[in-house]
Amino acid sequence: MDTGPVGRATTAPSPPHAGKAAPRGELEIAGLSCRRGDQTLFSGVSLSLASGELLFVRGRNGSGKTTLLRILCGLTEPATGEVRWRGQPIRRLEEAARRELLYVGHRDAVKEELTPLENLDIHQGLRGERGDLERQLDALEEAGLGGREDIPVRYLSQGQRRRTALARLLVSPARLWILDEPLTALDRSAVAWLFERIAAYLREGGIVVTTSHQSIDGLPEPRILDLD
Amino acid sequence: MRRDLSLIVTRRQDVLTVVAFFILVITLFPLALGPDPQKLRTLAPAGVWVAAALASLISLDRLFADDWRDGSLEQLLLAPEPLTVVALAKVAAHWLALGLPLVVLSPALGYALGLEGAELGVLAVSLLLGTPVLSLLGAVGAALTLGVRAGGALMALLILPLYVPVLVLGAGAVTEAMYSSAFYAHLSLLGALLAAALPLLPLAIAGALRIALD
Repeated sequence: MDTGPVGRATTAPSPPHAGKAAPRGELEIAGLSCRRGDQTLFSGVSLSLASGELLFVRGRNGSGKTTLLRILCGLTEPATGEVRWRGQPIRRLEEAARRELLYVGHRDAVKEELTPLENLDIHQGLRGERGDLERQLDALEEAGLGGREDIPVRYLSQGQRRRTALARLLVSPARLWILDEPLTALDRSAVAWLFERIAAYLREGGIVVTTSHQSIDGLPEPRILDLD
Repeated sequence: MRRDLSLIVTRRQDVLTVVAFFILVITLFPLALGPDPQKLRTLAPAGVWVAAALASLISLDRLFADDWRDGSLEQLLLAPEPLTVVALAKVAAHWLALGLPLVVLSPALGYALGLEGAELGVLAVSLLLGTPVLSLLGAVGAALTLGVRAGGALMALLILPLYVPVLVLGAGAVTEAMYSSAFYAHLSLLGALLAAALPLLPLAIAGALRIALD
């Protein structure tokens, strides 16, 4: 698999896997539909993701990408259908299984009053992980925040704020990343870094679900779900 | 909870605002009543308790709002810890930072209003038992009104009626202490309310948060 920043182009159309019964994978989605008010955002979304697979959710503004991602991590209840993670319904996961899922949302849960380092630390505390200072510093360094670990996020730029959120990917062991618009506000080198990270994670057997309005050239060949 | 406490510490002005509000509301009473120490003394339990209830209400307004806006609440929901435990920890941190100072200050303020001796002790104990219940109830309101425009006012409408039993028992205990020593009944009922609220209300808070984020 090509992992360099200039990877394979991913414009090749890939079937949206709608309607068909999917083979058994780790993340299974069956017959999902979502209504907001009296509008149906999407319906009949079924697919199954196995270890090492990347799902790219595509769609115009308001097509339900964020809602789909929120359903996948169990925050939102779908109108119909279900999501299973290793056989367990996503909204009733056991404690250990919840740790396997890592969600970085549109709203990135970075506290402005705290420094990047403190943000990482409370993130790990919340997940019940033992915070390891060395590892946290390494993660921030890699995320391009070296030397800024101790400045409250309020004084950092939007992109650095986003990097703080993404540094979580490096410190938390997880099997599934759900990343909503991770490229927002990132500069070119940060995008290249994130793509490289995702590629490495997929090679290790992780599963990634993501959305973006930007070009994802450079990522390994994704499966594409088109909500339009 | 550690996280919340450290966040509150970084926002010291919030604590100061609430404490200053509490003191100001109490000082309004003598100003409005005129200089009659006896009248003031009679009204003191009610005054301190109403001020505490209002202070609790305005401080709880923002309990979940910031976490909701920046996405932290989603992470709390996804955390391996059960949401009820997380909710209880948040309320506990909030109470330690904003409720406890009121309890500690209350004897001084009660004294200024003419309460004395054992009455001051009863006042502090009644607040110690009562304000956590107020915090828990207020947290339910704060969770229910997340994302609603003018949520603060709506929350007051929702929650103030629920504050009534606590207020009646709390102020009642102090009033009893002024005339007899039969304040134990009030205090034990207040304790019973707390004992019931501690396990039950976090469930309500968790449910309301799930709905707010759905």
